[in-house]
Amino acid sequence: MTSMALSAHILGIGLIGPGLPDWRSARSVLSGEQAYCRTPTVLPAVEALPPAERRRTGATVRLALAVARQALDEAGAEAATLATVFASSGGDGAICHEICATLASDDRQLSPTRFHNSVHNAAAGYWGIAMKATASSTALCAFDGSFAVGLLEAMTLAAVDGAPALLVAYETGYPEPLHEKRPIPDAFGVALLLDPRPPPRPRPRITLTLTDAEADRMPEPPLEALRTAIPAARCLPLMRHLARGEVGVATLDYLERRIQVEVSECP
Amino acid sequence: MRPLALTHFTATSCIGRGLTETLRSLLKGRSGLTPCAFETVRLETHIGEVPGVDEVRLPPALARFDSRNNRLALLGLSQDGFIEAVSACAGRLGPRRVGLYLGTSTSGMLETEIAYRQRDATGALPARFDYAATHNSYSLAAFTQRVLGIEGPAAVICTACSSSAKAFASARRMIEAGLIDAAVVGGVDSLCLTTLYGFHSLQLVSRAPCRPFDAARDGISIGEAAAFALLERPAAPGTILLTGIGETSDAYHMSSPHPEGLGAQAAMRQALESAALAPRDIDYVNLHGTGTPSNDDAEGRAVTAVFGPGIAGSSTKGATGHTLGAAGALEAVISALALRHGFAPGGLNITEIDPSVGFQYLRESHRRPLARVLSNSFGFGGSNCSLVLQRAD
Repeated sequence: MTSMALSAHILGIGLIGPGLPDWRSARSVLSGEQAYCRTPTVLPAVEALPPAERRRTGATVRLALAVARQALDEAGAEAATLATVFASSGGDGAICHEICATLASDDRQLSPTRFHNSVHNAAAGYWGIAMKATASSTALCAFDGSFAVGLLEAMTLAAVDGAPALLVAYETGYPEPLHEKRPIPDAFGVALLLDPRPPPRPRPRITLTLTDAEADRMPEPPLEALRTAIPAARCLPLMRHLARGEVGVATLDYLERRIQVEVSECP
Repeated sequence: MRPLALTHFTATSCIGRGLTETLRSLLKGRSGLTPCAFETVRLETHIGEVPGVDEVRLPPALARFDSRNNRLALLGLSQDGFIEAVSACAGRLGPRRVGLYLGTSTSGMLETEIAYRQRDATGALPARFDYAATHNSYSLAAFTQRVLGIEGPAAVICTACSSSAKAFASARRMIEAGLIDAAVVGGVDSLCLTTLYGFHSLQLVSRAPCRPFDAARDGISIGEAAAFALLERPAAPGTILLTGIGETSDAYHMSSPHPEGLGAQAAMRQALESAALAPRDIDYVNLHGTGTPSNDDAEGRAVTAVFGPGIAGSSTKGATGHTLGAAGALEAVISALALRHGFAPGGLNITEIDPSVGFQYLRESHRRPLARVLSNSFGFGGSNCSLVLQRAD
């Protein structure tokens, strides 16, 4: 059986990370126009949620929704009917810690809100509520390969259904003592709005295949440190191509193998 | 969609290890729910605990993956010749052409809960605690891939209680795109304190064995299960086919379904449409039917709206408990058994069917040929997935 070409145009990009408040600033850093200065990640509030829901959201939901919103705004796209793929190695680390600490104490009474926010698909659920998005939404985990697995899922969804798909990959890490076991240093999120159909105006085009080649490293040591420390930041070699407007191939960490993302148009 | 065959499948839950015991329990209407005496849990409730999970030993080479969840996974994989069937398939197609898509909600969370009780004076977790191989959701796939000797694309789907139904959807897309030729799909979720105390905090847990669609139902009974299927392109007549999938989001509330079940309706309609079937073509609906007042009310309305009053349906959670991230796969396997052996499973623990139920809720298992079945799975975050399974003849 021959494979479908897993190709799509990128209509919108969102990115938030340490010292990278949005895709615009990340683009200047990744293209070399601006030096990278690592400062703690700043997470914006989720404006789209009603106040009651907004108060209940933790860092992970705020990060995921913020990068998703950046990608959508750049594309001027509607969220309501857009299929989404949320990919992360863990759920909300702070909530996970609080639940485990409570369960290890004499009073095991959990907060109901904390419990329903602990699910891995919390960001997908709040995205639906915030954007009145009723289309298919999935939430995936593949440990350090979560970005590539999410991209593969979103590209396949777009190719098979012939419709756009929004990928949101994000990670916030854990407080101690879990931090020692899973040392994710800060929050990083990225969103790509992918569309397999011809775009109305020139947009970057990517094609995905699996490979046994080694993953690309970032030439700049602080960015390479970021890439290896946070699963969602495994996207950085691809984002570098997109920031520089360069065609070429980015090889990204996946599971036992790697994914190769060919950027064939990059206006 | 192009149909896929469930060429092999298996299930292990509190009603049985493997298909023979599961079938016998379903036909006899035997529930596996028992009063909760799990670990150190002090809650007055019933649970669907799989006997013997603690006694399972992982192969020494995979010792770091040791967790209740991976023990349950291995127990489940070891039934019905499933490992051998997958090995043969991987031998035929090549291990890289067989994908792995599994659902879980809590993976090895129990190990982390226990490790938190064993923190030292500085607050550090014990040295033996292995985050990647136990706590992380992907540990389920990393472990299963090694047990089965398959090397294709893999992912763990974590959409709470729809996880392992949506695993079928992800696998189907990968096969459709030609990235793989076959996939192992399934779900494994095991008992842990987070879900027992968490659902309790939401006042969604019944003290008695859960009574889906009963007038006096008052919550879920949490269970655990491991269920798997091997999905391939259709082969011999008589096999069970996956012919339709519907996936939607409620966009309503994190832990309550839309009162009219609008998202559920859309998922069922989408599944029918992708199978090119009309509502009247479905012989039986395996309901999500958790036993909470709100789920069963919303799902009942949705089922009646889509299929009309004549449709037969039941929830098998009165027998198995709500196996959360494994429920979608477990109930897909139960649906496949119902098709293969010609029976519609009854919904247990009913005293009086909720008078507002507008369709034919089955209280007892009925022997009768079934051609097409729809199975519902809905999760927190408003994640809905419906599957259509049918006989290939």
